[in-house]
Amino acid sequence: MKEIISNITKDYLNRLIKEGKRIDGRDMLEYRDLEIEPGTIGPAEGSAEIRLGDTHVIVGIKMELGEPYPDTPDKGVLTTSAELIPMASPHYESGPPGKDATELARVVDRGIREGEVVDTKDLCVEEGEKAWVIFIDIHVLDFDGNLMDASGIGAMAALLDATVPASEEEELGDDYELPIEHVVIPTTFTKIKDQILLDSRLEEEKVADARLTVSTNEEGNIVAMQKGLSGVFSYEDTQECIKRSKEIGEELRQKVLDVSEKDKV
Amino acid sequence: MGSKDMDLIDEDGKRLDGREYDELRPISIEAGVLKRADGSAFINWGKNKIMAAVYGPREMHPRHAQDPSKAVVQARYNMAAFSVPDRKRPGPDRRSVEIGKILSEALDEIIFVEQYPRSTIDVFIEVLEASAGTRCAGLTVASVALSDAGIPMSDMIASCAAGKIDGQVVLDLGKNEDNYGQADVPIGLVPRTDELTLLQMDGDLTEEEYEQAMELAMDACHDIYKKQKDALRERYSTDLEEQEFEEIPQEGIEEG
Repeated sequence: MKEIISNITKDYLNRLIKEGKRIDGRDMLEYRDLEIEPGTIGPAEGSAEIRLGDTHVIVGIKMELGEPYPDTPDKGVLTTSAELIPMASPHYESGPPGKDATELARVVDRGIREGEVVDTKDLCVEEGEKAWVIFIDIHVLDFDGNLMDASGIGAMAALLDATVPASEEEELGDDYELPIEHVVIPTTFTKIKDQILLDSRLEEEKVADARLTVSTNEEGNIVAMQKGLSGVFSYEDTQECIKRSKEIGEELRQKVLDVSEKDKV
Repeated sequence: MGSKDMDLIDEDGKRLDGREYDELRPISIEAGVLKRADGSAFINWGKNKIMAAVYGPREMHPRHAQDPSKAVVQARYNMAAFSVPDRKRPGPDRRSVEIGKILSEALDEIIFVEQYPRSTIDVFIEVLEASAGTRCAGLTVASVALSDAGIPMSDMIASCAAGKIDGQVVLDLGKNEDNYGQADVPIGLVPRTDELTLLQMDGDLTEEEYEQAMELAMDACHDIYKKQKDALRERYSTDLEEQEFEEIPQEGIEEG
């Protein structure tokens, strides 16, 4: 079921945006408070709890031994899933993942995969036969907009927190830290009328014409992008989003590294 | 993206299939290829073969999915089991769900959906042969099928990708270039306004490389747009020729 919004709220939001204001008083390209808490889930091999304003997401990492893909016999396997459970919004329903959950999981996955976040070569146990499979599960508990960033940053923090449980298997030696090579940060913009907003709340997402997620790495390179919703961006809009994404990405990356107690990867 | 252990550009700057960096694969589009559908089109793009069919506007089921203010555009992207070297398991997977969603959103922008409350416009995109760039070819051919169905629209969407291979930004990645290249940026353009309704990216690009890729892809979209319009002209000009017209009496018609 779709999120709905009353006309009066819609008109109010549009009027505010026209005056260059936001409902919570933020600047157009300002981020909400972000809290990152790694390691909150005991049974997981890695985890992180994210609070982005009132959006609340838990990302858990589980690992098990499996078979590598035939075309990458010397690499481990990464898979990302997302669940939008009925707890998080009156409009979410139980059942298999719908279109929104699928897009969310795939956009987060794209950033991690294309950004070569995990050194998957280090996850191969026996070439072509046995490798670690990493499951990244995104669990949305409270939905107040911008799930892309909350989930993407959560996945990054959870991966930094993760330990490969090698000692649970026979003859695989001691547990070791999941090898991380890059820290990729997604940042999501929405376009309302002619304004571009960073990190939208739910009400803002409901009136948004278009959405753009840009994921960057520590070198300032772009590793993944995704435009969503029916509206449009101009080429110049996308250039502006990329510039801002690189700036805010740097701040957020430092924050993720700080809470993970890692200097650099 | 994949490893870099394959030469994709030779000493003369030519690509594996002999193309220049800014050259599209051969594209041909035919409109009105199916009988039952309200609109249809077929595209041959390099080694991609994709059919698009449009049904509607028609009543939306289930009813709770109806929108009382507008029509819902539902694009379904599907790959035939035989469309790729290793058989694809039939039915929707996560990739095709995502592509269907973003293509629906891209098309929704140009269709006057307000004219058809509570209804649906179904766009079926069937990939019969796949060889890199199917979402772009699918979006391009779906626009032609929508026009063929007579759906009121503000424009068509032309779509193609640019990317990076061997460290160089090039247009319209082929199969090997997609597998062994370093980045891919598929876009969908509203040619009359130069607005982007589809934009994705994966791989690794600097800001400058992104700008080069966008310039290549946006230019190419304008070329593709011409092919879309030609396909529609071809379709409807033949219809006109086949119809029999009464001779218009020339007498009494003055010039000016």
